[in-house]
Amino acid sequence: MSHYISITDADRAEMLDAIGVDSITALFTDVPEHLRFPQLDIPAPLSEPELMRELHRLHNTNASAQTHSLFLGAGAYNHFVPAAVDQILRRSEYYTAYTPYQPEISQGTLQAIFEYQSLICRLTGMEVANASHYDGGTAIAEAAIMALNVVRNRRKIVVARGVNPQYRAVLRTYLQGLDVEIVGDERPGASINDALAQVDADTCALIVQSPDFLGRLHDLRGLAEQVHAAGALLIVHFDPIALALFQPPAEADADIAVAEGQPLGLGLNFGGPYLGIFTTRQKYVHKIAGRLVGVTKDLDGKIAYTLTLRAREQDIRRERATSNICTNQGLMALASTVYLSLLGRQGLRKVAEVGYHRAHYAAAQIGQIPGYVVHADQPFFREFVVQCPRPAAAINAALRERGIIGGYDLAADEPQLGHAMLLCVTEMNSKSEIDELTAALRALV
Amino acid sequence: MDTYEPPIFELSSPGKYGANVPDLDVPRAELPDDLLRQDDLAGFPELSEPEVIRHYTRISQRNFSIDTGMYPLGSCTMKYNPKLNEEAARMPGFAQAHPLQAEELSQGALRLMYELQADLATISGFDAVSLQPAAGAQGEFTGILAFHAYHLDRGDTDRVEVLVPDAAHGTNPATAAMVGLKVIEVASDERGNVDLADLKRKLSPRTVGLMLTNPNTLGLFEEHIVEVARLVHEAGGLVYGDGANFNAILGIVQPGAMGFDFMHYNLHKTFTTPHGGGGPGSGAVGCTAELAPFLPGPLVNRTADGDYAFITPEKSIGRMKAFHGNFGMLVRAWTYIRSMGAAGLRKVSETAVLNANYIRTQLDDIYPPAVDRICMHETVLKGQIAGATGIRTLDIAKRLIDYGFHPPTVYFPLIVPEALMIEPTETESKQMIDAFIQAMRSIAREAVEQPELLLAAPTKAPVRRLDEVRAARQPVLRYDADKFAKLRDSE
Repeated sequence: MSHYISITDADRAEMLDAIGVDSITALFTDVPEHLRFPQLDIPAPLSEPELMRELHRLHNTNASAQTHSLFLGAGAYNHFVPAAVDQILRRSEYYTAYTPYQPEISQGTLQAIFEYQSLICRLTGMEVANASHYDGGTAIAEAAIMALNVVRNRRKIVVARGVNPQYRAVLRTYLQGLDVEIVGDERPGASINDALAQVDADTCALIVQSPDFLGRLHDLRGLAEQVHAAGALLIVHFDPIALALFQPPAEADADIAVAEGQPLGLGLNFGGPYLGIFTTRQKYVHKIAGRLVGVTKDLDGKIAYTLTLRAREQDIRRERATSNICTNQGLMALASTVYLSLLGRQGLRKVAEVGYHRAHYAAAQIGQIPGYVVHADQPFFREFVVQCPRPAAAINAALRERGIIGGYDLAADEPQLGHAMLLCVTEMNSKSEIDELTAALRALV
Repeated sequence: MDTYEPPIFELSSPGKYGANVPDLDVPRAELPDDLLRQDDLAGFPELSEPEVIRHYTRISQRNFSIDTGMYPLGSCTMKYNPKLNEEAARMPGFAQAHPLQAEELSQGALRLMYELQADLATISGFDAVSLQPAAGAQGEFTGILAFHAYHLDRGDTDRVEVLVPDAAHGTNPATAAMVGLKVIEVASDERGNVDLADLKRKLSPRTVGLMLTNPNTLGLFEEHIVEVARLVHEAGGLVYGDGANFNAILGIVQPGAMGFDFMHYNLHKTFTTPHGGGGPGSGAVGCTAELAPFLPGPLVNRTADGDYAFITPEKSIGRMKAFHGNFGMLVRAWTYIRSMGAAGLRKVSETAVLNANYIRTQLDDIYPPAVDRICMHETVLKGQIAGATGIRTLDIAKRLIDYGFHPPTVYFPLIVPEALMIEPTETESKQMIDAFIQAMRSIAREAVEQPELLLAAPTKAPVRRLDEVRAARQPVLRYDADKFAKLRDSE
């Protein structure tokens, strides 16, 4: 017996008797006999204290934002997560609940998702947000698939080089069976305008990111007009924290706006679970994949929430569905909802501002070190490119000795930049931490 | 007690905030004026921390959950979520590690992933595992992409049809369509198995493969599984296993040994990671050596000197998502497998199957079984109660809420009229299961004697049945003060 199993030997005997069989093995006679009851060679079970010791050993061999100063971003960001967020996530009523298909007993989850959709709409200015995708990369891929279904009979997706290379890889994975051409990002250093130049009469959508993978903010106003003139849709990947200060995607007249929601109170978690934010226009609501929560009334006239417009989803539409998504990132959407509610109007702005000014302070300090060239000619938010006197890998190895995790090595993704790294600064990097980084870099010239 | 809680926007008052953010300690830099947001986040909530906590705590109490009651939800494996797993995933070396930090700084996380890959491979009898897919549906997508790539790699370019049984989960046909393939439905026979004659008719040189759940969605073990796999392989196709029902066969039989080529695991079903009110899950996948080169990267490998490193298989279909999968879920699943061991896992499936058969035999005199056979971890009954007119499965499901139970999965599989799919899992006690059986029997009596109780149910939940038509016809998908005022006034 295990402490997670609630049936005793006596129960079992009684139940077998009621079923009318004489042993547990009699329940498995449909399983081919020569395959039945294999020996599984997995480690012997541990008691809870033994397992805790083992887990401590494992997690202590990892560096983390707790053991190191972290200046690494590239799609996963070290932002402040208030303790209150996790206290809500630890409530069994949320995390041990199922998908809210039975609305009468799922009003907690449903109201939280409704508030999530509402907060994301306010943040982005967009009209509809769904209840989440897996992450920013899959949200981009699902946006491209939706665009293929909105703009029929076109087989080309143009994606700007500034879109996170991992997201571009996911996009290609998702579309590989659909006879779609993906272009626009082939040449290192290519700009949004270079991508725009490839939008033509066979193009279904242009995908851009701002702040882009190298941290640069782009003025996207006017872009949609040109994309729409070609009959295509504009898909924008935004950063939810940057929106506290900068133009929301609705102002760029985006048709679909998506984001990696991890900065909104999710923590780094070695890459997941994260949150795919997905928004679009009201007129495309029947084309959106994933779950949607709406509000209505119950028999007594009380306000109540429910999953709605379900006919879009895979369990009903089956092979005619445009996405197979079922399980999403619901609890992560809750985390971001609690985060946005706690931070509120003032706090969210403060997080964005403190991060922005600290990132610019770091860029200015590092830019003064002979041998380092900081790319700050274009507006940036929390990340910027630094060209180093030595390969980024060597710089990072030396920083590690000082308890610093340096920037993302751009050698593989943007080789034209030479010995370059992408540094990330948020509200979690204090001035003294930044000064230590600067001093360390100076010593490495 | 009226537990209604207004939307958070109605609790807001200007000037409040609920988080203690670091102050600015560096000089202000210039802001690009032309890029700035103009509305100053108007309409965003402004509440203190205690107000936010009370709001989300209050609405949480309007939820049913595993920790508050039994969820006999077929196909979903709503079992207990161990608390140790939650502590493990929150350890800072896991929860605060950056996914792109150097491999030498991430050996603990990589070792955990490597061991989980190995354990899942062993449990299922496969040669390789990728932990990347975020959910079962994404695991299916991974598998069918890999099948497609495998055939193309062999120059076998005419394979465009995926066979799917008529009882399959909706994600199966939707997945095939996402890969641009044609779905061909295969019938079930009267014992709930794949109809072999129909399968033979539909297999052809165009067959990519067959997607199969075993135990299937009727909760039955596929009696001809070895034959089914042989037929598909003889036609040059591959067999995909939907692992949604894996909880029935841990240590009982390995999918790899039964002839499956590829399978996803729902770590959030079988391996106790929480459902989270809809996610996140984890849809790790396992496969044979033949298909391993096509797995999505990165996987974790062990180098000759004993270090752990990421590698991408040579013919990989690519990334399914950014980074390395829903890592937090992997920590929980690893912890669970380490708690259970091989004997414990077998006990899980034995008990899950025992519990389901006990329910079946205690209810099949009043709720006719879809197929009268020993079932696996779940049983599919019909909500067709003798002498009850005008009562549908939906009414039985809603009445169960008044008895304190989450309803079973209803109207699925689609081939069973008025289906009630019941999966108790191994973590429920006999006392709780007996109470569920008693509730089902009482409801059957009420269905005949006082049908109005069923038709009006639920009456003990936070809200009663909803006007779903209104929700769909006049969709309100985000907070709007006027629309809420109108809703309130229309009582």
